[in-house]
Amino acid sequence: MSLRSPLGRVLGLGSAKGGSGHWYSQRVTAVALVILGCWFIASLALLGAGAPHAAVVGWLHSPFSAVMALLLVAITAYHAQLGLQVVFEDYISDKGTRLVVLVALKFALVVAALIGILAVLRIAFGAQA
Amino acid sequence: MAQPERPLSPFMQYRWQYTNTLSILHRITGILLSLCFFVLVYWLAAAASGPERYAAALATIGSPLVRLLLIGGLFSFCYHLLNGIRHLFWDAGYGFELPIARKTGWAAAIGAVVLTAVLWIVLGASLGGVA
Repeated sequence: MSLRSPLGRVLGLGSAKGGSGHWYSQRVTAVALVILGCWFIASLALLGAGAPHAAVVGWLHSPFSAVMALLLVAITAYHAQLGLQVVFEDYISDKGTRLVVLVALKFALVVAALIGILAVLRIAFGAQA
Repeated sequence: MAQPERPLSPFMQYRWQYTNTLSILHRITGILLSLCFFVLVYWLAAAASGPERYAAALATIGSPLVRLLLIGGLFSFCYHLLNGIRHLFWDAGYGFELPIARKTGWAAAIGAVVLTAVLWIVLGASLGGVA
């Protein structure tokens, strides 16, 4: 027996069936970011005064640091997308505007993440400073 | 039938208290951290583009507006981290009791301020004193 009203079903109201996946992804990325975030702050501190270019290049030449930086960029972008999506869904009531903003948000974060990933790879595979 | 005296729009009448302040702060710090993500990408891309571009980017990152964003970002990191851990415990079913939720709420708020101050001192020298 369905508890949904016939009108609601016709209008496509109710669960979009993706809520639990969204919720779960947000928690899993959160746990990952606890580790990655602390690692990044510690790394920043270890880069030393003024974070000189040579220090940044040397830092990302280490395979461990490169992998951690790639994870940081990718997972931060994903977590930010999930979080900002909820914020926009809560505050933008116009469906058309909401759709445009949510798609623009995804585009912006995917582009930013790819720029960050490419930058880390270029340094990791580039010449030692 | 007599009309019962019930509030019609409870969301308009909630008393402002620190619990909803902490809740909205989680959201605000999340938005700030998202903005800082773009600064992180800019910084990484500049580092990958050579020492000259990197020096120019550090000057931009050190400008008052970006610096203000990053100081807010540092606090946001600390608060979102601590309050996020609080949220994860709630999701696992722990810490819902009001006295415990109050204590952890204060701990997250005060801990974030203290942690921000400590990291400010530790990171003060890196990134041209941005943090």
